[in-house]
Amino acid sequence: MCGINLDYQSASPVDPRAAEFAERYLSGDFGNPSALHSRGLAAKAALEEARAKVAELINAENPETIVFTSGVTEANNLAIRGAVQRNAAKGKKLLASQIEHISVLNPMKDLKKGGFDLNLVPVDAMGSIDLAALESLLSKETVLTSVMYANSEIGTIQPIKEVSDLVHERGQFLHVDASAAAGKIPIDVQKDGIDLLTLSSNDLYGPQGAGALYVKSGVRIQPVLFGGGQERGYRPGTENLYALAGFGEAARLAKLEKAEERVRLQAIRDALIKEILKIEESYLTGHPTQRLPHHASFRFSRIEGESILLTMDAMFNIQVSTGSACSSRTLEPSHVLLAIGLRHEQAHGSMIMTLGRQSNPGQIPFIAHAAKKTVERLRALSPL
Amino acid sequence: MAQIGYSKKVMEHFMNPRNVGVIENPDGYGKVGNPVCGDLMEIFITVKEDRVDDIKFRTFGCGSAIAVSSMVTEMAKGKTLNEAMKITRKDVADELDGLPPQKMHCSNLGADALHAAIKNYWVKIGKIKPEEAKPEEGEEGESCET
Repeated sequence: MCGINLDYQSASPVDPRAAEFAERYLSGDFGNPSALHSRGLAAKAALEEARAKVAELINAENPETIVFTSGVTEANNLAIRGAVQRNAAKGKKLLASQIEHISVLNPMKDLKKGGFDLNLVPVDAMGSIDLAALESLLSKETVLTSVMYANSEIGTIQPIKEVSDLVHERGQFLHVDASAAAGKIPIDVQKDGIDLLTLSSNDLYGPQGAGALYVKSGVRIQPVLFGGGQERGYRPGTENLYALAGFGEAARLAKLEKAEERVRLQAIRDALIKEILKIEESYLTGHPTQRLPHHASFRFSRIEGESILLTMDAMFNIQVSTGSACSSRTLEPSHVLLAIGLRHEQAHGSMIMTLGRQSNPGQIPFIAHAAKKTVERLRALSPL
Repeated sequence: MAQIGYSKKVMEHFMNPRNVGVIENPDGYGKVGNPVCGDLMEIFITVKEDRVDDIKFRTFGCGSAIAVSSMVTEMAKGKTLNEAMKITRKDVADELDGLPPQKMHCSNLGADALHAAIKNYWVKIGKIKPEEAKPEEGEEGESCET
């Protein structure tokens, strides 16, 4: 595979330094962290080292707040089911922004079957949460509010501190899915006032198949899986030591390097946005400034996103993503694009580019040229 | 092993679609689908000695929608109108070496567009009454439910 990868958020390469660091745990220093012999203790030490590194990335008060999971979907399910079921006596209402990831929305929808009420907080045309609506929807009965740090489809960063102030004024819990944001922008769970926070390993250039849920000291949740007592009982099952060691090392590197990388990517992103918006009837989706530094998302009228993705790939060897209905398993248009007020036919024309370590400014002219040619080709085919 | 993504033939037609464009004053014109649903196709035909003489299409839609349109125009060209009316969605999908299951319905409107164009011609020459040219499944105005 060569070409230009602009779909970092669907998969990122593992940082070679993290891969090298983790590799020893595959067949050399393998071990079960629960075993009491020396091999087990060494594995346990490696696991705790990874936990400390992840805790540091988000300035968690101590490493014990980090519960490792198999990834974002599991961490989001654990946060939502775990917090809601543990606190079900406090009320029957759930709140989430309209543009949460489906691994947040779907467990909440499932809880509705158990008698919970779910309210979705609207966002504005740029994808920022409507704080006044949030305030009016928060009630004494609200058990959990879930608002993502930043959205992976439109890049918009949410005012998490304001959200957490509103939730905490009422003494309630806030879950934040930071899988798209962590490692890209600074996150401080203590300053931001976050009770539960989801992290992804791969989005930080760690191995796939690993993630974490930060559970603030003093916050209690109920496990979703039951078994041995690993991860303080919150997530039983023998730990995926290789992936978690890589996750830890990737988190350490991200903390060290993200400020520099953020400036670098933001410059490429801004230049790319400027070039692509020169295409006729092209529009930026999401917020122009409160936006992830590596994220550029667009829509083009009169053409369809899957065709954009396929043309960019087949003709230019550039890999992009889309929120078009036609590329999804359900054939439903992206709920995020509908939430920012796009009509279905507008949402179909979406293209998402996410930059990463291997992106460089030299690629911008070719990417912009490819996007322009792709849009022209598809418009020539289109009856609209 | 399950098929991964589109067949080579779908990608070949998607990247090099045949018979793209518009025919001015066509003998028959058909338009099916709906941009709200993500797929809209139009087909133009000219008829000579009861055969599809020339055929052109324009499509808004995903990769399979474009490949299907291209393929159906290729299949119909030169056929008698009665033969062309017998081309089914399944025939088009088979000629493309299959379509992913979720694309079989929504993006597979090429045969419908072709039939609509032929019926439009038949109405013009008085062979059928306008009410007999009633839309097939998936034609414009129908909801996106599949």
